[in-house]
Amino acid sequence: MLDDFMVRATLAGIGVAVAAAPLGCFVVWRRMAYFGEATAHAAMLGVALSLALNISIFLGVLIVAVVMAWIVTQLSGQNYAMDTLLGVFAHSSLAVGLVLVSFLAGIRLDLMAYLFGDILAVSRLDLAIIWGGAALVIGLMFWRWAALLTATINEELAYANGLNPKQEQLFLSLALGVTIAVAIKVVGVLLIVSMLIIPAAAARNFVRTPEAMVISTAIIGSISALLGLRGAYFFDTPPGPSIVCIAFALFIMSTVIRFIKVRG
Amino acid sequence: MNLITVENLSVNYGLNTVLRGVDFKIELGEIVTIVGPNGSGKTSLLKAIIGAIQPSEGSVTLKPRLKIGYVPQRLNFESTLPITVERFVRLTGKIDRKSCISALETAGVPELLKSQMSKLSGGQFQRVLLARALLGNPEILILDEATQGLDQPGSALFYRQLEAVRQDTGCAVLMISHDLHVVMSASDRVICLNGHVCCAGTPAVVASTPAYKALFGDGTDGALALYRHDHDHDHSKIKSERL
Repeated sequence: MLDDFMVRATLAGIGVAVAAAPLGCFVVWRRMAYFGEATAHAAMLGVALSLALNISIFLGVLIVAVVMAWIVTQLSGQNYAMDTLLGVFAHSSLAVGLVLVSFLAGIRLDLMAYLFGDILAVSRLDLAIIWGGAALVIGLMFWRWAALLTATINEELAYANGLNPKQEQLFLSLALGVTIAVAIKVVGVLLIVSMLIIPAAAARNFVRTPEAMVISTAIIGSISALLGLRGAYFFDTPPGPSIVCIAFALFIMSTVIRFIKVRG
Repeated sequence: MNLITVENLSVNYGLNTVLRGVDFKIELGEIVTIVGPNGSGKTSLLKAIIGAIQPSEGSVTLKPRLKIGYVPQRLNFESTLPITVERFVRLTGKIDRKSCISALETAGVPELLKSQMSKLSGGQFQRVLLARALLGNPEILILDEATQGLDQPGSALFYRQLEAVRQDTGCAVLMISHDLHVVMSASDRVICLNGHVCCAGTPAVVASTPAYKALFGDGTDGALALYRHDHDHDHSKIKSERL
């Protein structure tokens, strides 16, 4: 079954949708869209470093994403707002990454594959890594769920409950790094954040609890992956962007239905 | 046994000193109120007590495994996060449904169980926060301007609920408040803060000190006399409309 590239691509897409669901919800709740965007851009530096050092791309991207998230969290709130620092680090690491890649003589690099993903070329090993990463993220979320939610609602409430919001933020950054590392093959650096935000935004219209939102987000993301890949196959369109287009269509539908319900 | 002991506490933000040399303690069952002008370090003091900021000098010692119920200043609840009152109240700790409902009853808002947090009015919101703080039988309630944004009957009702809770459970209360008349009639001790402890003691003692008068003027003496009355009538009829 896994010999078929379409089956592997579909499983990869669903794996990313599942990993991105809880993270996407936190990104929406905590207004971290730009944070996600910045971490994703930094992933390009991870790609370059992985190629230069000849290590796994997943590992390189994961390390760079987590390190960047950590630096920005540490520095923010002093002389610069979070988004300024993110702008500095994200685009600098994207630029440094691109420059580094140009130095790597002898390596044929398909830049487009990293910018927009190459889901049809997902190997069995990639698939194992994607689902391994997804399992890690889901496990982390299960473990820290109440603490993460409390810290998201209000930091002082979390402190009074004996929790440490700074530490929870770090868990979230780690999970975000893992998600981006596994998603880069599927949708690429430029579209990762759309897989985080769009399904979560579409789910928001129909749910009453955080848990329901995560599950709906996972379902909407998976439907996007399934339909997007089918569409890409039939119409010969690029698969990554096709997946995002389906997610966007679902978001529009969700918003229109919500609008009609509220008025009607 | 003191619940909280603060010794020689100083807090800096960068080069700014917001608190210096603060000493005080709270014993079981006491109601202690912190008053002080804006920027006097009241919220910083509470944050240092719950561990949200680190003291630059001195120490905060809590009774081991002290159970704190915390009611923050009116927090912004983003409508981006869908969550029912029940889910919010039961979020931390292993709280069963029955205790959740009874906590909401104690706080006077049992009908809100299924409501969305982001849709609550100011008064409802503060009561839900109070209900949440009451769960897990706290030994001390810490309230940071819990009645901010409530109208006068609303905040009077809130304080009476608080008093009832204290009588039922015997928990101590540490609060910041701007409602000077309520403070003066409901507190065992008042701490007047302005970067340091200006004066402290029973409401009557504090109200008569020159330091307090310098900060709040003479007018509050009148408020003290005026509002020290027994509640001989009930506002429960308007409760549901207002809160």
